[in-house]
Amino acid sequence: MDFFSLLAWLIPVPPLLSFFIIILFTNQDRRLSHLVALGAIGLSLLFSWTVVFRALGTHHFAEHPIAVSVAWLPTGDSVFRMGVAVDPLTVVMLFFVPLACFLIILYSVGYSNYGKPLDQRDLPGSPPHHGVEPMYSRFFAFLSLFAGAMLLLTVADNLLLLFFGWEIMGLCSYLLIGFWYGRNYDDSNQITPRQAAVKAFITTRFADVIMLIGIVYLYSEAGTLNFREIFFSADIMNHLLHTPSLIGGLAAAHLIGLLIFVGTVGKSAQFPLHVWLPDAMEGPTPVSAMIHAAAMVSAGVYMIVRMFPLLSAGGGVHGGSPTMTVMAFIGGFTALFAATIALAQNDVKRVLAYSTISQLGYMVAALGIGAYVAAAFHLMTHAFFKALLFMGSGSIIHGVEHGMHHTNEKLDPQDMLNMGGLAKRMPTTYWTFVVGGLSLAGFPFVTAGFWSKDEILADAFAHGHWWVFVVLLISAFLTAFYTMRQISLTFLGDARTESAAKAHESAWTMTLPLVVLSFFAVLAGYVGVHMDFPVLGDMLGNNPFEHFVVGTLPHHLDGFEFNWTPVLFSVLVGIGGLGLGWLIYGRRPLSAGQPDPLVARLGPIHKLLVGKYFLDEFYNFALVRPAKWVSEVVSFLWIDRVIIDGVLHTIARFTMRIGAGARWFDKWGINYAPDKLSDGIRASGYSFRVIQTGRVQDYLLITLTAVIAVSGVLFLMLR
Amino acid sequence: MNEFIMQRLLTLILFAPVVGMVAVMLVPSERKQAVRWVSLVASLVPFGLSVLLWVNFDNGATGFQFEERAEWYTVIRSSYHLGVDGISVPMILLTTLLTPLGILTSFGIQDRVKAYMLLFLMLETGMLGVFMALDLILFFLFWEIGLVPMYFLISVWGSPKGEREFGSGKRVSARYYASYKFFVYTLGGSLGLLLAIQILGLVGGSFDLIVLLDKWPNFSGELFANIPTSAVRSAAFWAFVLAFAIKVPLWPFHTWLPDAHTEAPTAGSMILAGVLLKLGAYGFLRLVLPLFPQEAHDAAPVLAFLAMAAIVLGALSAYGQSDFKRLVAYSSVNHMGFVVLGIAAAAWVAGSSDAGMRLSGTLATTGVVLQMFNHGLSAAAMFFLVGVVYDRVHTRDLDELGGGIWQLAPAYGGILIFSSMASLGLPGLNGFVSEFAIVRGAWPIFSAVTAVSMVGLFFTGAYILKGIRQVLHGPRNEKWSHHEMEVTTREKVIVAPLMLLMLIIGLWPWWITSVINETAKSLIG
Repeated sequence: MDFFSLLAWLIPVPPLLSFFIIILFTNQDRRLSHLVALGAIGLSLLFSWTVVFRALGTHHFAEHPIAVSVAWLPTGDSVFRMGVAVDPLTVVMLFFVPLACFLIILYSVGYSNYGKPLDQRDLPGSPPHHGVEPMYSRFFAFLSLFAGAMLLLTVADNLLLLFFGWEIMGLCSYLLIGFWYGRNYDDSNQITPRQAAVKAFITTRFADVIMLIGIVYLYSEAGTLNFREIFFSADIMNHLLHTPSLIGGLAAAHLIGLLIFVGTVGKSAQFPLHVWLPDAMEGPTPVSAMIHAAAMVSAGVYMIVRMFPLLSAGGGVHGGSPTMTVMAFIGGFTALFAATIALAQNDVKRVLAYSTISQLGYMVAALGIGAYVAAAFHLMTHAFFKALLFMGSGSIIHGVEHGMHHTNEKLDPQDMLNMGGLAKRMPTTYWTFVVGGLSLAGFPFVTAGFWSKDEILADAFAHGHWWVFVVLLISAFLTAFYTMRQISLTFLGDARTESAAKAHESAWTMTLPLVVLSFFAVLAGYVGVHMDFPVLGDMLGNNPFEHFVVGTLPHHLDGFEFNWTPVLFSVLVGIGGLGLGWLIYGRRPLSAGQPDPLVARLGPIHKLLVGKYFLDEFYNFALVRPAKWVSEVVSFLWIDRVIIDGVLHTIARFTMRIGAGARWFDKWGINYAPDKLSDGIRASGYSFRVIQTGRVQDYLLITLTAVIAVSGVLFLMLR
Repeated sequence: MNEFIMQRLLTLILFAPVVGMVAVMLVPSERKQAVRWVSLVASLVPFGLSVLLWVNFDNGATGFQFEERAEWYTVIRSSYHLGVDGISVPMILLTTLLTPLGILTSFGIQDRVKAYMLLFLMLETGMLGVFMALDLILFFLFWEIGLVPMYFLISVWGSPKGEREFGSGKRVSARYYASYKFFVYTLGGSLGLLLAIQILGLVGGSFDLIVLLDKWPNFSGELFANIPTSAVRSAAFWAFVLAFAIKVPLWPFHTWLPDAHTEAPTAGSMILAGVLLKLGAYGFLRLVLPLFPQEAHDAAPVLAFLAMAAIVLGALSAYGQSDFKRLVAYSSVNHMGFVVLGIAAAAWVAGSSDAGMRLSGTLATTGVVLQMFNHGLSAAAMFFLVGVVYDRVHTRDLDELGGGIWQLAPAYGGILIFSSMASLGLPGLNGFVSEFAIVRGAWPIFSAVTAVSMVGLFFTGAYILKGIRQVLHGPRNEKWSHHEMEVTTREKVIVAPLMLLMLIIGLWPWWITSVINETAKSLIG
């Protein structure tokens, strides 16, 4: 094993070990715990970037990826091997995942109030209001496990190991969303962290179970789960494509693709399984950043990027396979659907949550139309600016909570209507948030988000996917609009509450990650500018990102001609959305008590958006409650207790009745006569007992009487 | 010395607990602590010996190893014949591992400690005998021996509370009901088994499994006048299946299980779920599949269907419980359903000429044995953890418990979540590996049934999370805050080896699956 293979192996190890070290040994020492966690993820970052730079420096790296594996499960005469592999796509992930994770863990130090003493009023299981987080060490342990799982997924060379990381992340999100497991709200309708945790786990598990069927199916048909072995083998791909599946009309490849894609629908929160993600905001904010940017949801998109050769099998690379059509539809619909909901949210984190769903829809739709490189590109840029925005929102909330301590106001520190004017109080957070927001909105030419979004739109345009193009354009417009709304409501104008006026900039451990991420939220876009883009294309090395990543695929993927039209549209919707947002919210910021202007303008539609199209209510009515009823009443009471036990009890009673009958026969039929006989004998014994006196005189008397009697009888007879 | 041990290793393992019983008997009953420690040490001897067995077992060889044969019941041509292969070795290790842990768990028992420990050790010999016997009479003997101690463990040391209605308004104490149901049901199921064993003995002229494996499946002569051989064969097959299906238990023969598990003392539940259920599955693999290949093939779809019912309905019923222990008990129905699903798949493809199908069958069989081992670990851990809470607050009712215990017992919470995740089948822990192998094996054979079973896996998640939520989550529970809720060192010692094994198997199952692989392959042919 050469040095780089060893490093590839070691990338996910430190955070995974850190989890166990913190849980088992350092759980009483806060400082040591975060040092272990930071050190571990720092090591991973070092390993990852060493591998990244070696990969970037290798000519034709794609043809000679790093790969190493061990025997894991014997399967009759063959062996299932587990291993890691680093190809260009993995390199992209290894560039941003450990960095984002490192910054998130660093940020968590300040976020958890490190440095303040432990306050007895802060109970474990609830957010700390006075001192340091009482479950400080545990938080870093969980974050470490999360990061380790994501890195494991990234370097996995087969779908099963990927699924390991996938599911462990599911567990981590469950543990972290429900981190404040004891928290209750006054409003009983508001979802608590523990409910949100279960919801997230159950929703994604539903998808994962279906994905697992896909994995099992793929393994059965292909005989292996190793990515390279499947995609680079024409025999296997042909076999998958020409074997009819269980469902008529679909080839095995397509059904497998669809089943696996369901996993992404759950993990990356696509319609109709997106419902868990907004509620996942109940977790501490670094967790939201972890879930929404660095790890979990990115994993869903990464997986379908990884599986693209299978998903696109049977169609052209630019769409046409049944799987891709479904992906384009779901992705496009989700992008628009979630963007509309984001318009009407007042919770600073929930806006970002719906924006994440929407942006992931972009990536899924991009893959659905074959924009492979663009999807990977947007995945990377989104990770940077979304991590930035989430941590920014955490800093905002922290600031407002700080103000609440001084004013003793009772208010929701996450409600943007309670904010305003924070730009002056929290300048670093403000400026970095603006950078992130503009990147999300796709502010032309300077932000990373613009370049990656434009790449998707341009690809859709170039290959004539008109409706995807239009839907994504509308979503981009809405995105720019709600981003401006968010920036205006939060930072601009005057403070609408006392607490907001007393807000305070966060500690350096929280703001430093924001600054670092802002840097990437701008610059990361320049690696993927289209090669024919005037001036920039040439200057930036003819789209190095595309040239590097496309080598991951077994077949050559054609680029597309540069065209000004989609760029123009892109610029237009970005500027237009931001401009409209400015007109409504930014020019004259809301004052305290003033209602959101959208409420009046959208009327009943606004209610529908605030209610998130009432999908939660529908699921509860149509799925959750029936499932409860079936399990409590049908399966347990009726089937087990009434029917099965009823039959058993009937048999038992019948047997007992036979037993009772046999007893009756025994008693009256068999025992009666012998009993009476013995009773008679005993009775006669009793009667004769009186003569057994034990005195010789009595016996002689009886004998004499008997002799006389017998003699008398004999005498009479003989005569 | 070494030679001496190696030649009699199985006998030594099998009767070490009996020697232990003698040692325990010599301790005066009043000295409870001494009784406990002697029992614990006695139960560690077979464990040490089975590790020796594990290490010396040859993974690459086919057929039985460590065989021992001696004259025993010559009149009926039954002999003392022991031997192990890749299916029985993991089961023996599981049994000898769980017994000391069960005894350590039972250190809290105060009532008639000596009798309790004696029964526990007797139980171990009974279970080990089943896993080692290569003679059908011997098999049956040990099969029944295991039944008796468990009956007493439930009925004497079982949960003191609770009543069950038995038909028209008649009420009996729950532990009496449960122990009686367990005993009569299992005994009733095994009557047919004894009869069928006798028929086999008639044909083979011996009860030796090796002889029977050769003679019985190929037998074509007439057995009884006027009854076709196929009918006799089929009747014998179903008698075997019924006995083992009740023990597993397979839906719809499963209702004794939630009752018995719920009422048994903690260690009793650990052994019941951990090992006793495996006797049924072991019977399928050891006897039914090899002796009745054709009948098993024909019945495989039925078994698969019932397995699916067990998986789905077991999970649903678990989700519907408000009693923590009964919830865990139903999870056994759910998990053992996967075992039967794998057995059905193996039965369907055994002897097939299609290499791909044989591969699936082999994987399913490996998965089955591993799932038996894994469920032994996770079910024992789960019942133990239910017991930890019950010991302190004397209730198992989730609503009465009221949640919010994590703040009071952080380490307990972590252990419970860890074990729950193993039970849920989280990748990285043991349960996932075996379920994956079974599902992969069964998929090409019974696709639709497997797909529906996967939905059961979804409900597995639902009930596991329900358990965690209702025990751990919630605001700090003031009702129990004056109890010492945290796990003690003794309790950590009990659960640590289980957790360690769960993790190691989950990360790298090679060390255990390579023991099973060769036997699984030869079972499929």
